[in-house]
Amino acid sequence: MTGTLTEKILSRASGKAVSPGDVIEAKTDIVAFHDLTGYHVIEVMEKANMVKIFDKAKVVVAFDHLSPPPDVRSAEIQGNIRKFVRENKLPNFHDINVGILHELLIENYALPGQVIVAADSHTTTSGAVGAFAQGMGASDVAAAVITGKTWLVVPKPFKVNLKGTPGEWINGKDVALELLGKFKADYFNGMSIEVFVEDPKAFPMDYRATVSNMGIEMNADTLMFVPDAETRNFIKGMRGVEVELITPDKGANYEDEYTIELNRMEPLVAAPYSVDNVRTAREESKVPVDQVYIGSCTNGRISDFAIASKILKGKKVKTRCIAIPSSYEMFKQAMNRGYIEDLVNAGCVVTYGTCGPCLGGHFGVAGPGEVIVSTSSRNFRGRMGSNDAKVYLSGPSVAAASAATGYITDPRDLQ
Amino acid sequence: MIVEGTVLKYGDKIDTDIIIPARHLKYTDPAYLAQHAMEPLDPEFYKKASKGVIVVAGKVFGMGSSREQAAIALKAAGVKAVIAESFARIFYRNCINNGLPLIVLPNVTKEINEGDFVKVNVETGEVTVNGRTLKGKGITGMALEILKSGGIMDYLKKVSV
Repeated sequence: MTGTLTEKILSRASGKAVSPGDVIEAKTDIVAFHDLTGYHVIEVMEKANMVKIFDKAKVVVAFDHLSPPPDVRSAEIQGNIRKFVRENKLPNFHDINVGILHELLIENYALPGQVIVAADSHTTTSGAVGAFAQGMGASDVAAAVITGKTWLVVPKPFKVNLKGTPGEWINGKDVALELLGKFKADYFNGMSIEVFVEDPKAFPMDYRATVSNMGIEMNADTLMFVPDAETRNFIKGMRGVEVELITPDKGANYEDEYTIELNRMEPLVAAPYSVDNVRTAREESKVPVDQVYIGSCTNGRISDFAIASKILKGKKVKTRCIAIPSSYEMFKQAMNRGYIEDLVNAGCVVTYGTCGPCLGGHFGVAGPGEVIVSTSSRNFRGRMGSNDAKVYLSGPSVAAASAATGYITDPRDLQ
Repeated sequence: MIVEGTVLKYGDKIDTDIIIPARHLKYTDPAYLAQHAMEPLDPEFYKKASKGVIVVAGKVFGMGSSREQAAIALKAAGVKAVIAESFARIFYRNCINNGLPLIVLPNVTKEINEGDFVKVNVETGEVTVNGRTLKGKGITGMALEILKSGGIMDYLKKVSV
Protein backbone atom coordinates (compact mmCIF):
# COMPACT_ATOMS: atom_id res chain seq x y z
CA MET A 1 0.00 0.00 0.00
CA THR A 2 1.26 3.49 -0.84
CA GLY A 3 0.52 6.17 1.70
CA THR A 4 0.44 9.95 1.93
CA LEU A 5 2.32 11.62 4.76
CA THR A 6 -1.00 11.97 6.60
CA GLU A 7 -1.81 8.26 6.26
CA LYS A 8 1.67 7.15 7.25
CA ILE A 9 1.74 9.31 10.40
CA LEU A 10 -1.77 8.38 11.49
CA SER A 11 -1.23 4.68 10.76
CA ARG A 12 1.78 4.67 13.04
CA ALA A 13 -0.06 6.66 15.72
CA SER A 14 -3.15 4.43 15.68
CA GLY A 15 -1.39 1.13 15.11
CA LYS A 16 -3.44 0.19 12.05
CA ALA A 17 -3.82 1.03 8.37
CA VAL A 18 -5.97 4.14 7.90
CA SER A 19 -7.87 5.81 5.07
CA PRO A 20 -9.51 9.24 4.79
CA GLY A 21 -12.79 9.36 6.73
CA ASP A 22 -11.79 6.72 9.29
CA VAL A 23 -12.39 7.66 12.91
CA ILE A 24 -9.28 6.63 14.82
CA GLU A 25 -7.71 6.82 18.23
CA ALA A 26 -4.19 8.21 17.84
CA LYS A 27 -1.33 8.29 20.34
CA THR A 28 -0.08 11.80 20.98
CA ASP A 29 3.66 12.48 21.05
CA ILE A 30 3.32 15.98 22.50
CA VAL A 31 0.43 17.64 24.33
CA ALA A 32 0.77 21.36 25.03
CA PHE A 33 -1.01 24.39 26.39
CA HIS A 34 -0.31 28.02 27.20
CA ASP A 35 -1.49 30.45 29.86
CA LEU A 36 -4.77 31.61 28.29
CA THR A 37 -6.06 28.11 27.53
CA GLY A 38 -3.96 26.19 30.07
CA TYR A 39 -5.85 27.30 33.13
CA HIS A 40 -9.02 26.06 31.41
CA VAL A 41 -7.39 22.67 30.66
CA ILE A 42 -6.46 22.33 34.34
CA GLU A 43 -9.96 23.41 35.44
CA VAL A 44 -11.51 20.67 33.26
CA MET A 45 -9.15 18.05 34.74
CA GLU A 46 -9.82 19.18 38.30
CA LYS A 47 -13.59 19.37 37.83
CA ALA A 48 -13.59 15.82 36.49
CA ASN A 49 -11.34 14.79 39.35
CA MET A 50 -8.88 13.26 36.87
CA VAL A 51 -5.56 15.00 37.48
CA LYS A 52 -3.38 12.29 35.95
CA ILE A 53 -0.67 12.85 33.36
CA PHE A 54 0.16 10.22 30.74
CA ASP A 55 3.83 11.15 30.41
CA LYS A 56 5.24 14.24 32.09
CA ALA A 57 8.10 14.56 29.60
CA LYS A 58 5.59 14.87 26.74
CA VAL A 59 3.62 17.79 28.18
CA VAL A 60 4.81 21.27 27.19
CA VAL A 61 3.61 24.45 28.88
CA ALA A 62 4.52 27.99 27.79
CA PHE A 63 3.29 31.42 28.87
CA ASP A 64 2.70 33.73 25.92
CA HIS A 65 -0.81 35.20 25.60
CA LEU A 66 -0.90 37.06 28.93
CA SER A 67 2.81 37.50 29.14
CA PRO A 68 3.92 39.47 31.12
CA PRO A 69 0.51 39.70 32.81
CA PRO A 70 -1.36 42.94 32.00
CA ASP A 71 -3.79 42.66 34.94
CA VAL A 72 -4.45 40.86 38.20
CA ARG A 73 -6.62 38.11 36.70
CA SER A 74 -3.88 37.26 34.17
CA ALA A 75 -1.31 37.07 36.95
CA GLU A 76 -3.69 34.81 38.89
CA ILE A 77 -4.13 32.53 35.85
CA GLN A 78 -0.36 32.22 35.46
CA GLY A 79 0.03 31.62 39.19
CA ASN A 80 -2.48 28.76 39.07
CA ILE A 81 -0.66 27.11 36.17
CA ARG A 82 2.76 27.52 37.84
CA LYS A 83 1.32 25.76 40.88
CA PHE A 84 0.03 22.91 38.69
CA VAL A 85 3.42 22.62 36.98
CA ARG A 86 5.22 22.57 40.32
CA GLU A 87 2.90 20.07 41.98
CA ASN A 88 3.06 17.71 39.01
CA LYS A 89 6.78 18.27 38.43
CA LEU A 90 6.35 19.01 34.72
CA PRO A 91 9.86 19.39 33.27
CA ASN A 92 8.95 21.30 30.09
CA PHE A 93 7.66 24.57 31.46
CA HIS A 94 8.53 27.93 29.90
CA ASP A 95 7.70 31.00 31.96
CA ILE A 96 7.21 34.58 30.67
CA ASN A 97 10.84 34.97 29.63
CA VAL A 98 11.05 32.31 26.93
CA GLY A 99 8.62 32.72 24.08
CA ILE A 100 5.49 31.78 22.18
CA LEU A 101 4.36 28.16 22.55
CA HIS A 102 4.29 27.30 18.83
CA GLU A 103 7.74 28.73 18.27
CA LEU A 104 9.13 26.83 21.29
CA LEU A 105 7.62 23.60 19.97
CA ILE A 106 9.46 24.01 16.69
CA GLU A 107 12.73 25.05 18.33
CA ASN A 108 12.80 22.34 21.00
CA TYR A 109 10.29 19.53 20.67
CA ALA A 110 8.43 18.83 17.41
CA LEU A 111 9.77 16.11 15.12
CA PRO A 112 8.74 14.80 11.71
CA GLY A 113 6.00 12.17 11.92
CA GLN A 114 4.76 13.09 15.39
CA VAL A 115 1.16 13.70 16.42
CA ILE A 116 0.95 16.94 18.40
CA VAL A 117 -2.14 18.40 20.03
CA ALA A 118 -2.27 21.67 21.91
CA ALA A 119 -4.90 23.98 23.29
CA ASP A 120 -4.46 26.64 20.64
CA SER A 121 -5.60 26.74 17.04
CA HIS A 122 -2.17 27.68 15.68
CA THR A 123 -0.75 24.33 16.77
CA THR A 124 -0.65 23.62 13.02
CA THR A 125 2.64 25.59 13.09
CA SER A 126 4.53 22.39 13.99
CA GLY A 127 3.53 21.08 10.56
CA ALA A 128 6.60 23.05 9.42
CA VAL A 129 8.81 20.15 10.51
CA GLY A 130 6.41 17.52 9.19
CA ALA A 131 4.39 16.80 12.33
CA PHE A 132 0.65 16.14 12.24
CA ALA A 133 -0.31 18.98 14.57
CA GLN A 134 -3.79 20.10 15.52
CA GLY A 135 -5.28 22.67 17.82
CA MET A 136 -8.05 21.54 20.15
CA GLY A 137 -10.22 22.94 22.92
CA ALA A 138 -9.53 22.67 26.63
CA SER A 139 -11.58 19.49 27.17
CA ASP A 140 -9.95 17.57 24.31
CA VAL A 141 -6.50 18.63 25.48
CA ALA A 142 -7.33 17.70 29.08
CA ALA A 143 -8.32 14.23 27.83
CA ALA A 144 -5.04 13.96 25.88
CA VAL A 145 -2.98 15.05 28.91
CA ILE A 146 -4.59 12.23 30.91
CA THR A 147 -4.61 9.43 28.34
CA GLY A 148 -1.89 10.33 25.81
CA LYS A 149 -4.43 9.71 23.09
CA THR A 150 -7.01 11.61 21.08
CA TRP A 151 -9.69 10.70 18.55
CA LEU A 152 -9.40 12.00 15.00
CA VAL A 153 -11.16 11.75 11.69
CA VAL A 154 -8.48 10.92 9.10
CA PRO A 155 -8.48 13.94 6.74
CA LYS A 156 -8.42 13.85 2.96
CA PRO A 157 -4.92 14.77 1.71
CA PHE A 158 -4.34 17.72 -0.64
CA LYS A 159 -0.99 18.34 -2.30
CA VAL A 160 0.62 21.76 -2.71
CA ASN A 161 3.80 22.09 -4.78
CA LEU A 162 6.16 25.02 -4.26
CA LYS A 163 8.32 25.52 -7.32
CA GLY A 164 11.26 27.85 -7.84
CA THR A 165 12.73 30.48 -5.55
CA PRO A 166 10.87 33.38 -3.93
CA GLY A 167 12.03 36.93 -4.62
CA GLU A 168 13.67 39.20 -2.07
CA TRP A 169 10.43 40.59 -0.57
CA ILE A 170 8.41 37.37 -0.60
CA ASN A 171 8.07 35.17 2.47
CA GLY A 172 5.87 32.37 3.82
CA LYS A 173 3.07 34.84 4.50
CA ASP A 174 2.60 35.52 0.80
CA VAL A 175 2.26 31.78 0.13
CA ALA A 176 -0.31 31.42 2.93
CA LEU A 177 -2.26 34.42 1.60
CA GLU A 178 -2.05 33.13 -1.96
CA LEU A 179 -3.65 29.84 -0.85
CA LEU A 180 -6.32 31.70 1.15
CA GLY A 181 -7.12 34.06 -1.71
CA LYS A 182 -7.35 31.23 -4.20
CA PHE A 183 -9.25 28.62 -2.16
CA LYS A 184 -10.97 30.79 0.52
CA ALA A 185 -11.37 30.05 4.20
CA ASP A 186 -13.59 26.97 3.99
CA TYR A 187 -12.25 24.92 1.07
CA PHE A 188 -9.85 22.73 3.05
CA ASN A 189 -12.46 21.70 5.62
CA GLY A 190 -11.73 18.05 6.49
CA MET A 191 -8.45 18.01 4.54
CA SER A 192 -4.78 17.90 5.41
CA ILE A 193 -2.47 19.93 3.21
CA GLU A 194 0.88 18.35 2.38
CA VAL A 195 3.41 20.79 0.92
CA PHE A 196 6.18 19.56 -1.35
CA VAL A 197 9.10 21.98 -1.76
CA GLU A 198 11.03 21.58 -4.99
CA ASP A 199 14.25 23.17 -3.71
CA PRO A 200 14.50 22.72 0.09
CA LYS A 201 16.92 25.65 0.49
CA ALA A 202 14.63 28.04 -1.38
CA PHE A 203 11.94 27.79 1.28
CA PRO A 204 13.54 27.78 4.75
CA MET A 205 11.98 26.71 8.05
CA ASP A 206 10.87 30.24 9.02
CA TYR A 207 8.76 30.47 5.86
CA ARG A 208 7.39 26.96 6.38
CA ALA A 209 6.34 27.82 9.92
CA THR A 210 4.36 30.83 8.67
CA VAL A 211 2.49 28.75 6.08
CA SER A 212 1.78 25.90 8.54
CA ASN A 213 0.66 28.42 11.14
CA MET A 214 -2.03 29.70 8.79
CA GLY A 215 -3.24 26.21 7.85
CA ILE A 216 -5.91 26.77 10.48
CA GLU A 217 -7.07 29.93 8.67
CA MET A 218 -7.65 27.69 5.63
CA ASN A 219 -9.73 25.50 7.97
CA ALA A 220 -7.44 22.58 7.14
CA ASP A 221 -7.11 19.81 9.73
CA THR A 222 -3.39 20.24 9.46
CA LEU A 223 -0.78 21.66 7.06
CA MET A 224 2.51 19.76 6.86
CA PHE A 225 5.70 20.30 4.91
CA VAL A 226 7.06 17.04 3.62
CA PRO A 227 10.31 16.66 5.60
CA ASP A 228 13.50 17.13 3.57
CA ALA A 229 17.11 18.28 3.88
CA GLU A 230 15.97 21.67 5.26
CA THR A 231 14.02 19.89 8.03
CA ARG A 232 17.03 17.78 8.92
CA ASN A 233 19.42 20.76 8.91
CA PHE A 234 17.06 22.91 10.97
CA ILE A 235 16.65 20.32 13.73
CA LYS A 236 20.36 19.52 13.70
CA GLY A 237 21.21 23.23 13.93
CA MET A 238 18.71 23.98 16.72
CA ARG A 239 19.01 20.84 18.83
CA GLY A 240 22.10 19.03 17.59
CA VAL A 241 20.19 15.85 16.81
CA GLU A 242 19.86 13.81 13.64
CA VAL A 243 16.30 12.98 12.71
CA GLU A 244 14.69 10.30 10.68
CA LEU A 245 12.58 11.71 7.87
CA ILE A 246 9.15 10.32 7.17
CA THR A 247 7.93 11.03 3.65
CA PRO A 248 4.92 10.12 1.51
CA ASP A 249 5.27 7.15 -0.80
CA LYS A 250 5.67 7.76 -4.51
CA GLY A 251 2.28 7.32 -6.17
CA ALA A 252 0.33 8.15 -2.99
CA ASN A 253 -3.20 9.26 -3.69
CA TYR A 254 -4.20 12.93 -3.24
CA GLU A 255 -7.66 14.50 -3.55
CA ASP A 256 -6.22 17.23 -5.72
CA GLU A 257 -3.14 19.40 -6.08
CA TYR A 258 -2.07 23.00 -6.67
CA THR A 259 1.25 24.47 -7.71
CA ILE A 260 2.64 27.86 -6.72
CA GLU A 261 5.51 29.33 -8.71
CA LEU A 262 7.41 31.25 -6.07
CA ASN A 263 9.38 33.46 -8.44
CA ARG A 264 6.13 34.88 -9.87
CA MET A 265 4.67 35.97 -6.54
CA GLU A 266 4.22 39.55 -5.41
CA PRO A 267 3.71 40.96 -1.90
CA LEU A 268 0.14 40.36 -0.72
CA VAL A 269 -2.14 41.59 2.06
CA ALA A 270 -5.41 40.33 3.53
CA ALA A 271 -7.76 43.29 3.87
CA PRO A 272 -10.34 43.65 6.68
CA TYR A 273 -12.22 41.68 7.92
CA SER A 274 -11.31 38.31 6.53
CA VAL A 275 -8.14 36.29 6.10
CA ASP A 276 -9.20 35.34 2.57
CA ASN A 277 -9.88 38.93 1.44
CA VAL A 278 -6.54 38.89 -0.36
CA ARG A 279 -5.16 41.68 -2.58
CA THR A 280 -1.74 42.79 -3.70
CA ALA A 281 -0.03 45.32 -1.45
CA ARG A 282 0.03 47.71 -4.42
CA GLU A 283 -3.76 47.59 -4.73
CA GLU A 284 -4.01 48.89 -1.15
CA SER A 285 -1.17 51.42 -1.33
CA LYS A 286 -2.06 54.89 -0.05
CA VAL A 287 -4.15 53.49 2.83
CA PRO A 288 -2.82 55.42 5.87
CA VAL A 289 -1.61 53.24 8.74
CA ASP A 290 -1.75 54.03 12.47
CA GLN A 291 0.21 51.07 13.81
CA VAL A 292 2.42 48.27 12.49
CA TYR A 293 2.97 45.01 14.33
CA ILE A 294 5.86 42.72 13.35
CA GLY A 295 5.82 39.48 15.34
CA SER A 296 3.51 36.70 16.63
CA CYS A 297 3.73 32.93 16.09
CA THR A 298 3.08 33.68 12.41
CA ASN A 299 6.00 36.01 11.58
CA GLY A 300 8.24 36.67 14.58
CA ARG A 301 11.28 34.70 13.43
CA ILE A 302 14.81 35.69 12.51
CA SER A 303 14.18 36.05 8.76
CA ASP A 304 11.23 38.34 9.52
CA PHE A 305 13.54 40.55 11.58
CA ALA A 306 16.23 40.42 8.92
CA ILE A 307 13.79 41.86 6.37
CA ALA A 308 12.36 44.43 8.79
CA SER A 309 15.83 45.63 9.70
CA LYS A 310 16.92 45.79 6.07
CA ILE A 311 13.99 48.09 5.32
CA LEU A 312 14.04 50.23 8.49
CA LYS A 313 17.77 50.56 9.15
CA GLY A 314 18.74 54.24 9.11
CA LYS A 315 15.11 55.40 8.76
CA LYS A 316 12.57 56.71 11.26
CA VAL A 317 9.18 55.03 11.36
CA LYS A 318 6.19 57.18 10.37
CA THR A 319 3.71 55.06 12.36
CA ARG A 320 3.77 53.43 15.76
CA CYS A 321 5.66 50.19 15.21
CA ILE A 322 5.79 47.26 17.63
CA ALA A 323 8.27 44.47 16.91
CA ILE A 324 8.32 41.25 18.95
CA PRO A 325 10.62 38.30 18.18
CA SER A 326 8.69 35.10 18.91
CA SER A 327 11.14 33.72 21.46
CA TYR A 328 14.23 34.40 23.54
CA GLU A 329 16.24 32.46 20.95
CA MET A 330 14.92 34.62 18.09
CA PHE A 331 15.50 37.81 20.11
CA LYS A 332 19.06 36.77 20.89
CA GLN A 333 19.82 35.99 17.25
CA ALA A 334 18.26 39.29 16.17
CA MET A 335 20.28 41.11 18.82
CA ASN A 336 23.56 39.47 17.80
CA ARG A 337 22.98 40.42 14.18
CA GLY A 338 22.18 44.02 15.05
CA TYR A 339 18.54 43.91 13.95
CA ILE A 340 17.19 44.90 17.35
CA GLU A 341 19.43 47.96 17.38
CA ASP A 342 18.31 48.91 13.87
CA LEU A 343 14.65 48.65 14.83
CA VAL A 344 15.04 50.49 18.13
CA ASN A 345 16.96 53.28 16.37
CA ALA A 346 14.16 53.49 13.82
CA GLY A 347 11.72 54.13 16.67
CA CYS A 348 10.13 50.70 17.11
CA VAL A 349 8.93 49.36 20.46
CA VAL A 350 10.76 46.05 20.89
CA THR A 351 10.30 43.26 23.41
CA TYR A 352 10.12 39.47 23.26
CA GLY A 353 8.46 36.31 24.45
CA THR A 354 4.84 37.39 24.05
CA CYS A 355 1.94 37.12 21.60
CA GLY A 356 1.60 40.89 22.03
CA PRO A 357 -1.28 42.68 20.31
CA CYS A 358 -2.16 39.76 17.99
CA LEU A 359 -5.25 38.85 19.98
CA GLY A 360 -6.03 42.26 21.43
CA GLY A 361 -4.83 41.23 24.87
CA HIS A 362 -2.23 43.87 25.58
CA PHE A 363 0.89 45.63 24.30
CA GLY A 364 -0.68 47.55 21.43
CA VAL A 365 -4.44 47.07 21.39
CA ALA A 366 -6.13 48.79 18.43
CA GLY A 367 -8.33 51.82 19.09
CA PRO A 368 -11.59 52.76 17.31
CA GLY A 369 -11.13 53.55 13.62
CA GLU A 370 -7.41 52.74 13.59
CA VAL A 371 -5.73 50.97 10.70
CA ILE A 372 -3.19 48.30 11.64
CA VAL A 373 -0.78 46.41 9.41
CA SER A 374 0.09 43.19 11.20
CA THR A 375 2.22 40.17 10.42
CA SER A 376 -0.03 38.05 12.68
CA SER A 377 -2.57 35.49 11.50
CA ARG A 378 -6.07 36.99 11.85
CA ASN A 379 -7.84 40.19 10.90
CA PHE A 380 -11.28 39.28 12.20
CA ARG A 381 -13.45 42.16 13.40
CA GLY A 382 -12.43 43.08 16.94
CA ARG A 383 -9.50 40.68 16.95
CA MET A 384 -6.86 43.26 17.91
CA GLY A 385 -9.10 45.46 20.00
CA SER A 386 -11.82 47.83 18.82
CA ASN A 387 -14.54 46.40 16.57
CA ASP A 388 -14.00 49.44 14.32
CA ALA A 389 -10.26 48.95 13.89
CA LYS A 390 -9.18 47.68 10.47
CA VAL A 391 -6.43 45.09 10.42
CA TYR A 392 -4.46 44.28 7.27
CA LEU A 393 -2.36 41.12 7.38
CA SER A 394 0.96 41.08 5.56
CA GLY A 395 4.42 39.61 5.55
CA PRO A 396 7.29 41.46 7.26
CA SER A 397 8.44 43.30 4.13
CA VAL A 398 5.09 45.04 3.58
CA ALA A 399 4.74 45.67 7.32
CA ALA A 400 8.19 47.28 7.62
CA ALA A 401 7.75 49.26 4.39
CA SER A 402 4.40 50.52 5.70
CA ALA A 403 6.02 51.57 8.97
CA ALA A 404 8.64 53.47 6.97
CA THR A 405 6.11 55.45 4.90
CA GLY A 406 2.99 55.61 7.09
CA TYR A 407 0.75 54.00 4.51
CA ILE A 408 0.41 50.51 3.06
CA THR A 409 3.47 50.03 0.90
CA ASP A 410 4.82 47.41 -1.45
CA PRO A 411 8.53 47.31 -0.53
CA ARG A 412 9.42 47.47 -4.24
CA ASP A 413 7.93 50.97 -4.28
CA LEU A 414 10.11 52.36 -1.50
CA GLN A 415 12.12 55.39 -2.63
CA MET B 1 -32.40 13.36 20.64
CA ILE B 2 -34.78 16.12 19.50
CA VAL B 3 -34.36 19.87 20.09
CA GLU B 4 -36.53 22.73 18.88
CA GLY B 5 -36.73 26.47 18.89
CA THR B 6 -37.05 29.72 16.97
CA VAL B 7 -34.28 30.59 14.52
CA LEU B 8 -31.69 33.33 14.86
CA LYS B 9 -29.91 33.59 11.53
CA TYR B 10 -26.38 34.79 10.66
CA GLY B 11 -24.14 34.73 7.60
CA ASP B 12 -20.88 33.06 6.53
CA LYS B 13 -17.61 32.95 8.46
CA ILE B 14 -18.89 33.71 11.95
CA ASP B 15 -15.55 33.47 13.74
CA THR B 16 -14.70 32.74 17.35
CA ASP B 17 -13.71 36.37 17.98
CA ILE B 18 -17.34 37.23 17.19
CA ILE B 19 -18.80 34.36 19.21
CA ILE B 20 -16.77 35.34 22.28
CA PRO B 21 -14.18 38.15 22.06
CA ALA B 22 -10.70 37.48 23.48
CA ARG B 23 -11.13 39.99 26.30
CA HIS B 24 -13.59 37.58 27.96
CA LEU B 25 -11.32 34.52 27.83
CA LYS B 26 -9.90 34.94 31.28
CA TYR B 27 -13.11 33.43 32.61
CA THR B 28 -14.95 30.15 32.05
CA ASP B 29 -18.13 30.83 34.05
CA PRO B 30 -21.05 30.01 31.69
CA ALA B 31 -23.32 32.75 33.08
CA TYR B 32 -20.66 35.41 32.49
CA LEU B 33 -19.77 34.14 29.00
CA ALA B 34 -23.45 33.91 27.97
CA GLN B 35 -23.87 37.66 28.45
CA HIS B 36 -21.12 38.34 25.92
CA ALA B 37 -21.98 35.73 23.27
CA MET B 38 -21.94 37.18 19.73
CA GLU B 39 -21.36 40.61 21.26
CA PRO B 40 -19.51 42.33 18.39
CA LEU B 41 -22.12 41.32 15.80
CA ASP B 42 -25.35 41.30 17.78
CA PRO B 43 -25.24 42.93 21.23
CA GLU B 44 -28.88 41.87 21.77
CA PHE B 45 -28.03 38.18 21.22
CA TYR B 46 -28.11 37.29 24.90
CA LYS B 47 -31.65 38.65 25.30
CA LYS B 48 -32.87 37.05 22.06
CA ALA B 49 -31.37 33.64 22.85
CA SER B 50 -32.56 33.41 26.43
CA LYS B 51 -35.91 31.86 25.42
CA GLY B 52 -34.10 28.94 23.77
CA VAL B 53 -33.16 29.29 20.10
CA ILE B 54 -31.66 27.46 17.14
CA VAL B 55 -28.82 29.32 15.39
CA VAL B 56 -28.71 29.03 11.60
CA ALA B 57 -25.61 30.20 9.73
CA GLY B 58 -23.56 29.88 6.55
CA LYS B 59 -20.09 28.54 5.92
CA VAL B 60 -17.32 27.73 8.45
CA PHE B 61 -19.25 28.67 11.55
CA GLY B 62 -16.80 28.88 14.46
CA MET B 63 -13.69 29.49 12.39
CA GLY B 64 -10.61 30.66 14.22
CA SER B 65 -9.43 29.99 17.70
CA SER B 66 -9.59 26.91 19.92
CA ARG B 67 -11.27 28.81 22.77
CA GLU B 68 -13.78 26.42 24.28
CA GLN B 69 -15.61 29.41 25.75
CA ALA B 70 -17.23 29.87 22.30
CA ALA B 71 -19.23 26.67 22.76
CA ILE B 72 -19.88 27.37 26.44
CA ALA B 73 -21.13 30.91 25.71
CA LEU B 74 -23.63 29.87 23.04
CA LYS B 75 -25.03 27.00 25.05
CA ALA B 76 -25.30 29.05 28.23
CA ALA B 77 -27.01 31.89 26.34
CA GLY B 78 -29.83 29.50 25.37
CA VAL B 79 -28.75 28.03 22.01
CA LYS B 80 -30.23 24.51 21.66
CA ALA B 81 -28.43 23.62 18.40
CA VAL B 82 -26.51 25.25 15.57
CA ILE B 83 -27.35 24.39 11.95
CA ALA B 84 -24.72 25.63 9.49
CA GLU B 85 -23.49 24.98 5.96
CA SER B 86 -20.14 23.95 7.41
CA PHE B 87 -18.27 24.19 10.70
CA ALA B 88 -14.68 24.73 11.75
CA ARG B 89 -13.25 21.49 13.12
CA ILE B 90 -12.06 22.71 16.53
CA PHE B 91 -15.34 24.51 17.23
CA TYR B 92 -17.29 21.41 16.21
CA ARG B 93 -15.40 19.28 18.73
CA ASN B 94 -15.74 21.91 21.45
CA CYS B 95 -19.53 21.92 20.99
CA ILE B 96 -19.72 18.13 21.19
CA ASN B 97 -17.56 18.27 24.32
CA ASN B 98 -19.95 20.77 25.89
CA GLY B 99 -23.21 19.09 24.88
CA LEU B 100 -24.22 21.56 22.16
CA PRO B 101 -25.58 19.69 19.08
CA LEU B 102 -24.59 20.72 15.54
CA ILE B 103 -26.11 19.86 12.16
CA VAL B 104 -24.31 20.35 8.85
CA LEU B 105 -26.88 21.34 6.22
CA PRO B 106 -25.66 22.73 2.87
CA ASN B 107 -27.83 25.65 1.62
CA VAL B 108 -29.52 26.01 5.01
CA THR B 109 -29.34 29.81 4.78
CA LYS B 110 -31.55 29.64 1.66
CA GLU B 111 -34.03 27.20 3.21
CA ILE B 112 -34.58 28.61 6.69
CA ASN B 113 -35.35 32.19 7.73
CA GLU B 114 -34.94 34.22 10.89
CA GLY B 115 -37.95 33.61 13.13
CA ASP B 116 -38.87 30.18 11.68
CA PHE B 117 -39.68 27.50 14.22
CA VAL B 118 -37.56 24.38 13.63
CA LYS B 119 -37.36 20.92 15.08
CA VAL B 120 -34.01 19.11 14.87
CA ASN B 121 -33.28 15.40 15.13
CA VAL B 122 -29.67 15.51 16.27
CA GLU B 123 -28.86 11.91 15.32
CA THR B 124 -30.49 11.67 11.87
CA GLY B 125 -29.78 15.29 10.94
CA GLU B 126 -33.43 15.83 9.92
CA VAL B 127 -34.63 19.41 10.33
CA THR B 128 -38.37 20.11 10.18
CA VAL B 129 -39.40 23.65 9.26
CA ASN B 130 -42.75 25.02 7.98
CA GLY B 131 -44.06 21.48 7.36
CA ARG B 132 -40.99 20.46 5.31
CA THR B 133 -38.19 18.15 6.33
CA LEU B 134 -34.62 18.92 5.28
CA LYS B 135 -31.94 16.28 5.50
CA GLY B 136 -28.67 17.37 7.05
CA LYS B 137 -25.73 15.52 8.56
CA GLY B 138 -26.39 14.66 12.17
CA ILE B 139 -24.03 13.46 14.87
CA THR B 140 -23.07 9.79 14.85
CA GLY B 141 -20.38 7.41 16.06
CA MET B 142 -17.91 8.46 18.71
CA ALA B 143 -19.01 12.11 18.58
CA LEU B 144 -22.57 11.06 19.46
CA GLU B 145 -21.35 8.92 22.33
CA ILE B 146 -19.32 11.85 23.68
CA LEU B 147 -22.26 14.25 23.24
CA LYS B 148 -24.63 11.87 25.01
CA SER B 149 -22.14 11.37 27.86
CA GLY B 150 -22.12 15.15 28.38
CA GLY B 151 -18.60 15.70 27.05
CA ILE B 152 -15.23 14.03 26.57
CA MET B 153 -14.31 13.91 30.26
CA ASP B 154 -17.57 12.22 31.26
CA TYR B 155 -17.15 9.87 28.31
CA LEU B 156 -13.62 9.04 29.50
CA LYS B 157 -14.87 8.22 32.99
CA LYS B 158 -17.49 5.93 31.48
CA VAL B 159 -15.14 4.04 29.15
CA SER B 160 -12.24 3.78 31.60
CA VAL B 161 -14.42 2.07 34.27
